[in-house]
Amino acid sequence: MPHTLAQKILLAHTETEAVSPGEIVMVRCDVVMTNDISGPMAFKAMERMGVERVFDPARVVLVPDHFIPAKDERSAELQKLLAEWAERQGVAFYAQGRGGIEHTVLVEEGWVVPGSVIAGGDSHTCTYGALGAFGTGLGSTDIAACLATGQFWQAVPGTIQIEFTGEKQRFVTGKDLILAVIAELGVGGGTNTVLEFVGPGAEALTIDERLAVANMAVEAGAETGLFPADETVAEYLDGRTDRPWRAERSDPGAEFAQTARIDLDSLPPLVALPHSPGNVVPLDEARGLKIDQVYVGNCSNGTMTDLRQVAEILRGRTVRKGCRMIVVPASQRIYREALSEGLLDVFVAAGAMVSTPTCGACFGGGTGVLAAGERALTTTNRNFRGRMGSNQAEVCLANAWIAAAAAVAGEIVDPADVLEGVPV
Amino acid sequence: MRLEAKAVVVPGDDIDTDVLYPGAYLNVTDVETMKQYLFEGLDPSLRDELGGETTALVVGANFGAGSSREHVPQAMHAWGVRFLVGRSFARIFARNCLNLGLPIVTCAPAAEAVAPGSEIVLDLDEGRVTVDGEVFPIPPFPPFMREMMASGGLVSWVHGNLDATTRVV
Repeated sequence: MPHTLAQKILLAHTETEAVSPGEIVMVRCDVVMTNDISGPMAFKAMERMGVERVFDPARVVLVPDHFIPAKDERSAELQKLLAEWAERQGVAFYAQGRGGIEHTVLVEEGWVVPGSVIAGGDSHTCTYGALGAFGTGLGSTDIAACLATGQFWQAVPGTIQIEFTGEKQRFVTGKDLILAVIAELGVGGGTNTVLEFVGPGAEALTIDERLAVANMAVEAGAETGLFPADETVAEYLDGRTDRPWRAERSDPGAEFAQTARIDLDSLPPLVALPHSPGNVVPLDEARGLKIDQVYVGNCSNGTMTDLRQVAEILRGRTVRKGCRMIVVPASQRIYREALSEGLLDVFVAAGAMVSTPTCGACFGGGTGVLAAGERALTTTNRNFRGRMGSNQAEVCLANAWIAAAAAVAGEIVDPADVLEGVPV
Repeated sequence: MRLEAKAVVVPGDDIDTDVLYPGAYLNVTDVETMKQYLFEGLDPSLRDELGGETTALVVGANFGAGSSREHVPQAMHAWGVRFLVGRSFARIFARNCLNLGLPIVTCAPAAEAVAPGSEIVLDLDEGRVTVDGEVFPIPPFPPFMREMMASGGLVSWVHGNLDATTRVV
């Protein structure tokens, strides 16, 4: 019986011989990841399960990233607990100053390979689908079971296959592709399914862009968002990992729950307006919206690709008076690379603040939250009401080109206008 | 398994985890403190309707969209919520509820029949939910799920199945 890519990965991680959508199976994890929010609650639950040691220390990774550096005493206690627990269990631990945002770190450090199953105590664990891995977000009790037994229960998902045809236009990035998908499916349209991204438009994407796309699969309600592994993935993993893997794709004749096609030749840059990632409009319809703060960063769009786009806009320009800008490289590696490339100097010279890697203001945790009545434009993945601070603040989501251009103009504009010096 | 509860209605679709429990309070690990922030970004007055031992939350479509934060169902459980009935649920939120032993029931007609204060009876064995005496059939819970609900959630299920699930070193 032909299977989808997601089903093939799950089959390889269960004791069952065949799987069909809806059936509940126990899935073995190749890697279990948790952070300073989901971790401490998971450790307590694991104790209540009566289990003292993790199932396999070599498969467990802890990354404190949400309240890093600690914003208050309570957060500091969580960091301390995480460090002590990691030491006691003998598991991998990316301490403050040694890692960054969990999903970026796991990908960079070679934990993620095609065909693997990764359970993460964070909803954006779906990011690993960029490399063809079944990365999926779970809560603390699920993570406790994974730490204790190496397994989680999973209803076998159907698959929605999205075909990207044509070629991306100028100032269109991975961010716009996934916003288009969410607009097409709706914020609950991917529930109980996996998204699978195929077609020439998908194959042409760099790893950074694939990460941006897969990252927001959960914003359509999906369990993960898979790119079948290809030469681009092989090149990326070369020298980065010694974990074995092989490229897989959906079998010919596999049954999909739904298919959709998005033509990149006619896809404009997009903006998700408040208060939903599904509230998507073409950039043209968002132009003129005043912006109080621009935030570039997070697990979807804090990559070198994003930072280079921002630098191209900001070089020789300044952040407009009355507008603030925060740039958050997603990991220490990216931070150093941006430093040595001179990008951080461009940002600071323009009047932007550069933060150390953290989830920070993206989820309202700290380092740049919003006041009532303010509007932010961010490269992050959620613009729910109150997401970044005040319940009376607004967040718009867009790509790094649009973010940088908005910082220069103090309002949402076409990046081409900024580069060509059109007065706003 | 048969549960009786009084309905508290949370109106709206796509109610996300961030309004249910804002991010600023995610460094809380004590459930009594968590209770104080449930519904904080949506409508804090909803908390005033909780507090009984047996509440059923009745919700719209795609309830709990977004984050994996387990603070939401933990706080609900601590407030005396015993199950949820809705048009549909976001996946991670649904998992978190089930793992804590909180059944979630996707049944649009039942959710629509509910008024605030309605008496709801959930019968997982018979596969039905009753709203003020009106019966709505629901798909049966899979055997694993019934077993996990009967044991009170994933913690006790794992505890009871350790021999079967842990690797022998």
